[in-house]
Amino acid sequence: MSSQPKIHLDRVAKTYPGSRIPAVDELTLDVQEGEILVLVGPSGCGKSTTLRLINRMIEPSSGRIMLDGEDVTKANPDKLRRRIGYVIQQIGLFPHQTISQNIATVPKMLGWEKERIHERTEQLLTTVGLDPEQYRDRYPKELSGGQAQRVGVARALGADPDIMLMDEPFGAIDPITRERLQNEFLRLQEELRKTIVFVTHDIDEAIKMGDRIAILGERSTIRQIDTPERILAYPVDDFVDDFIGTGSTIKGLNFQQVSGLKIPDYPAISVSDDPQKGIAALQEAGREWLVLLDDQGRPARWLREDDLRGAAPGQYDGRGEELGDHLSPDDTLFHALELMVQSAAGKTCVVDEAGRFQGVVEMAHLNKAIRRAQYEARAHYEELERA
Amino acid sequence: MTEIPVITSFREGISTSEPDPLDPQEPRVRMTMAERVNRYGLFVAPFLIGLIALGLYLYYQSLDLENAVIQQRNALDWDTRLLPQAQQQIIIAAWSTLLVIAVAVPLGILLTRPLLRRISPAVLTVANAGQAMPAYGLLVIGLIIGGPGRTTSIVVLAVFALLPVLRNTMVGLDGVERPLLEAGRGMGMTRLGVLLRIELPLAVPVIIAGIRTAMIINIGMATLVFLIGGGALGVTINSGLKNQQEPVYVIGAVMVALIALSFDWLGALAERYLRPKGV
Repeated sequence: MSSQPKIHLDRVAKTYPGSRIPAVDELTLDVQEGEILVLVGPSGCGKSTTLRLINRMIEPSSGRIMLDGEDVTKANPDKLRRRIGYVIQQIGLFPHQTISQNIATVPKMLGWEKERIHERTEQLLTTVGLDPEQYRDRYPKELSGGQAQRVGVARALGADPDIMLMDEPFGAIDPITRERLQNEFLRLQEELRKTIVFVTHDIDEAIKMGDRIAILGERSTIRQIDTPERILAYPVDDFVDDFIGTGSTIKGLNFQQVSGLKIPDYPAISVSDDPQKGIAALQEAGREWLVLLDDQGRPARWLREDDLRGAAPGQYDGRGEELGDHLSPDDTLFHALELMVQSAAGKTCVVDEAGRFQGVVEMAHLNKAIRRAQYEARAHYEELERA
Repeated sequence: MTEIPVITSFREGISTSEPDPLDPQEPRVRMTMAERVNRYGLFVAPFLIGLIALGLYLYYQSLDLENAVIQQRNALDWDTRLLPQAQQQIIIAAWSTLLVIAVAVPLGILLTRPLLRRISPAVLTVANAGQAMPAYGLLVIGLIIGGPGRTTSIVVLAVFALLPVLRNTMVGLDGVERPLLEAGRGMGMTRLGVLLRIELPLAVPVIIAGIRTAMIINIGMATLVFLIGGGALGVTINSGLKNQQEPVYVIGAVMVALIALSFDWLGALAERYLRPKGV
């Protein structure tokens, strides 16, 4: 982490005139360069207000806003906003302008040369997955919702701002397209490394998109701010626990990989082996199931002791149970769990790139992994408290 | 300026020109019945107007003006009466329409700004009153204040026709969706920039519709300005009515109708071709 946060809110508050209760109450928040910070919370908690305080679409009543260490609380708001990409749920493409004119909005305001603007818009269309040839001269009403939001993102990237503010950008898009846009956006972010503040009310979207998540309560108070893993493993209070909802532990499995598990040896025999060898291995390990490997060392079937009796080397066809899909080391534990519950043996095989048997993942492994994550998160918070 | 990094497509391996199977709802631009009437009506109107003009011409030719009473012969003289009066009608209506635009559009813009929005109901009430007042009364008030003549006529007409343009300007500007303003401001457009580049262009169709209405009101009302010495075709119609000479007032009235229809058609053209693309 760099020493100086990209965005620093210093006790920023907003009280609307005529109201005594602040909408945002003395919020202090750092956003590090290159991260996606997700603001998530129940409706009306002030998360959108908080976002709009950053580019001063809403003027703070008190406090300071720092970008790159520079106090912009009193800077010219129009010039400030040209440095910050802004994407809203309703997209807000200008219907009387073509797609390329829309994307060129900020570059034009900044006085770029025509040639440069043209190059930039073409490049951005490609970036967001729209063919310039086909789309540049279209009007927004000729786009579907998903395409329109791609253009919305391209427009926000127009003058290549370091910072992007996104207010439920995928909120109004159907679930399938939303998931695609999320994935594409994450891939794009890997290249661009923008500093992004992302607002959503959907905890699953927050978990998926966020490098860090800030869970906000009433008046935009931060209830917990941390990586999704840690929040899922260790919600600090009931509010956070309620908000992330049931299944949070299982969602946490998404953040751990199979390669992170310590997998002990598991009994396996090759098709050419004698069944007696398998029975011996099973009895020695005290296991119910054994993995049958084909002649290239790839897992083929699950076998029980009964299946082994009366079998001959090389003739295990049709015995035991099917194996299903295998895991590779970079799969998530969530995927492992999914395969496990589908498998006859209640466990699933891990293979290397060549498909060769590496070991077996069992429920106990997941259990241990979850408990370790919870322990680490708790230790982290205890340490924070002590410091 | 910093160099902008070159970004490759984030849908690697997928040709971007490929149709997107999961995102297929590319809306077709379809014409509604109303739009069709609008489009083709535009080309039918001139023929109808031409037909009426032809009818009027034939009627005029059929009159035996040589043997008519002197008032009638004078009243229907093309070069000294009908043509100049028609020109006056158009000039008065044109100036008052321009005056309406010059006053009502800026006023409508001001009244939709946050600062003045609060007083907009009051102003609309006043403008409403302008139109609700009997035209005759308005002319008399104009006469008292400004004296007789063309200038007074133009101003009175403008007052009378202010409302449609003012209201349509406000409605048109208010009709621009909030997210567009939010997006514009959020990208760093100034208030003036948002007004000029987003709000006004999108409000143009509604504003032009208002101007078209005002223009037609003005052409019709210009028939009455003879009462305060404004001239125009009202003179002919009035003398025909007073002297009970049917051909005189019929020709006067049909000429007013022809002028109104022609300009209404021009208004329709403007509405159609000044509408921003993509809307």
